Amino acid sequence: MLDQGVFYFFAALAILSAILVVTRRNAVQSAIFLVTALLATAGIFLNLNAEFLFIVQVILYAGGIMVLFVFVIMLVNLDVALHQVQFNRQWFVALIVSAVLAAQVAAAIAVSRRTLYTVPAAPAESLEPNTERVAFYLFHNYMLPFEIASILLLVAMVGAVVMAKKRV
Amino acid sequence: MSGNLAQAYAPLLIHLLVALGLSAILLILSSLIGQHRPTREKMQPYECGITPVGDAREPFDVKFYLVAMVFILFDVEAVFLYPWAYVFRELRWFGFTEMLLYILILLAGYVYLWKKGALDWNPSKTQRDRQT
Amino acid sequence: MNDTIARSILVVSLVKVVVLLFLVLTAVAYLVWFERKVAAHIQGRWGPYRVGPHGLLQPLADGVKFLLKEDATPAGVDRFLYFSAPLLTMTLAISAIAMIPFGPASIHIFGIATPLVIANISVGLLAIFAITSVGVYGVALGGWSSNSKYSLLGGLRSSAQMISYELSLTLSVVGILLLAGTFNLSELIMRQDGYTWGHLPKWNLLNPTFPQILGFFCYFVAAIAETNRAPFDLAEAESELVAGYHTEYSSFKFAMFFLGEYASMITVACLASILFLGGWLSPFPQTPGLDWTRYLPAGVLAVAGVALIIHGVRYINVFGRIALPVLGVILGALSFLCSQPGVIDDIQGPFWFLAKVLFVLFVYVWVRWTLPRFRYDQLMRFGWKVLFPVALLNVILTSLAVVMRK
Repeated sequence: MLDQGVFYFFAALAILSAILVVTRRNAVQSAIFLVTALLATAGIFLNLNAEFLFIVQVILYAGGIMVLFVFVIMLVNLDVALHQVQFNRQWFVALIVSAVLAAQVAAAIAVSRRTLYTVPAAPAESLEPNTERVAFYLFHNYMLPFEIASILLLVAMVGAVVMAKKRV
Repeated sequence: MSGNLAQAYAPLLIHLLVALGLSAILLILSSLIGQHRPTREKMQPYECGITPVGDAREPFDVKFYLVAMVFILFDVEAVFLYPWAYVFRELRWFGFTEMLLYILILLAGYVYLWKKGALDWNPSKTQRDRQT
Repeated sequence: MNDTIARSILVVSLVKVVVLLFLVLTAVAYLVWFERKVAAHIQGRWGPYRVGPHGLLQPLADGVKFLLKEDATPAGVDRFLYFSAPLLTMTLAISAIAMIPFGPASIHIFGIATPLVIANISVGLLAIFAITSVGVYGVALGGWSSNSKYSLLGGLRSSAQMISYELSLTLSVVGILLLAGTFNLSELIMRQDGYTWGHLPKWNLLNPTFPQILGFFCYFVAAIAETNRAPFDLAEAESELVAGYHTEYSSFKFAMFFLGEYASMITVACLASILFLGGWLSPFPQTPGLDWTRYLPAGVLAVAGVALIIHGVRYINVFGRIALPVLGVILGALSFLCSQPGVIDDIQGPFWFLAKVLFVLFVYVWVRWTLPRFRYDQLMRFGWKVLFPVALLNVILTSLAVVMRK
């Protein structure tokens, strides 16, 4: 009962923020609503007992990646952007694409309800806060993906410098 | 949310809400109590006593963008270090070696950034020579 | 969870939150007074002296003044962001303290025993960092929305500085996590219990496996930069940027940035005392020879009370001659209370915790009024080329020490 209330609260917050992200004309305000959307998602993670994921979502997405977004948005001249024609010309295509996507999701749900078996929801007591288990699996069973992540980060560093150097 | 978790986080939520409410009340109170006598000059943004020139929100140096980018990359590294430190006593030498490898790979990136001057705020001497 | 229990927990938390926020805001106000006094004495001045004896009512006067000042909103601001920036800054700054445990003892509210912490969550340390990391927006948005060149530059500089030093801040505590293996702040303190060679406390700063001296250095420097304090207060370098990101803020909106800065200082000092200085643990082992240290809280209060009375009766004006001795008598009564058998054990934790926090805050203020400001390029170079590698080195060395020892 309480669980569902918390879930609907955060879900509603996330959807509302997401709508505001696309409807605000001011890009910085959009970015701020994207932050609230991400924070609401973090709340849903917490509701699912994923304590560590909740913290990482806040630290990395809200406190890291979105700062970069805000910087980049401030970097481009907003007044020029405001006077330019927005992307509204393609709204018809966008409508078709989202309709197709919605139909796909609906079909997938309908099919899986009837034919495929669905995994029963895990009982709440097996979902205790599990930072330690997450950590152990990450550094024990999934060692290789973890090391590959460092190479990905390395590539991203080189990419950032190459891109930035063109403008310096 | 399991009972223990709810018990731990509910007070935090209450704290956040009370703090937000308190700040909002103070903000509203000050705009109600404080006087409002706007004049055209007073409402101008401050610019050392002269009439503001141009728009304040001008595009700025790409350096800030680069710093934010590099920050995210190393922040991801730091966030990986937390769970690692948490279970380090169980992993022991295995954990030490895998993290050493991870840090060494990222240190290569750090050295690259350093050499390319991405960590300098002012353009390095060679760059200045190239520009002139 | 049972409904009545849940409801009583909510009520108790609400009471605790209100009390803590009241205490924090009072502490912030008097921290400003403390800073002005220390600054004045460092520079051979007297500091606040007019409002109340020794300027003790100055914070109250400042608060009233902030409320009464004209609430000017410059033309061309982005109103939504302009108002949410101070709101965000203050809310987050006074929220991070919810995770700080102030002592090992439990207090009783409405007959329910409850610990001296609001949110005892298992990832408390990370939650504080999460709140700090979101705090960047207050600065960046305040600067951007003001429509002033100084604000924008100040906001940008300040947010770039905050994210750069946040990295060293997060790395500097990894060494402690390696030693303790927990994110919970109360447990982090409990792991530091004990004494090396019988006398030297096993605080993380002096940990026998690997002393976290490098870690403490990185933490403290990064924390000063993170809270935008001198010598890293580039955001408000008044000689070049007028007042930085809050140039265009007036009345209480400015005060909220101000309160936020000082509240973050308190959080950072609390965290320093928890992580490196053993939190609420006493520096003296409880051996028979050192048993008298249990009376230190009462003793300190008594000495302060007597000094206040002696000094107060000769104060220059009548108000002070009455107020200061009354304050002294109150302190004396508190001192008597602290020496009573029922209270003396409970008071040890909060006493040592607050003593350490006050010490860290004093160093904070001392640093501000002693060191000159860094130049911006020096600041960024120091953060990325000195502090970051040193913090990383500390992580590697500590992990090596831990793995060799076990």
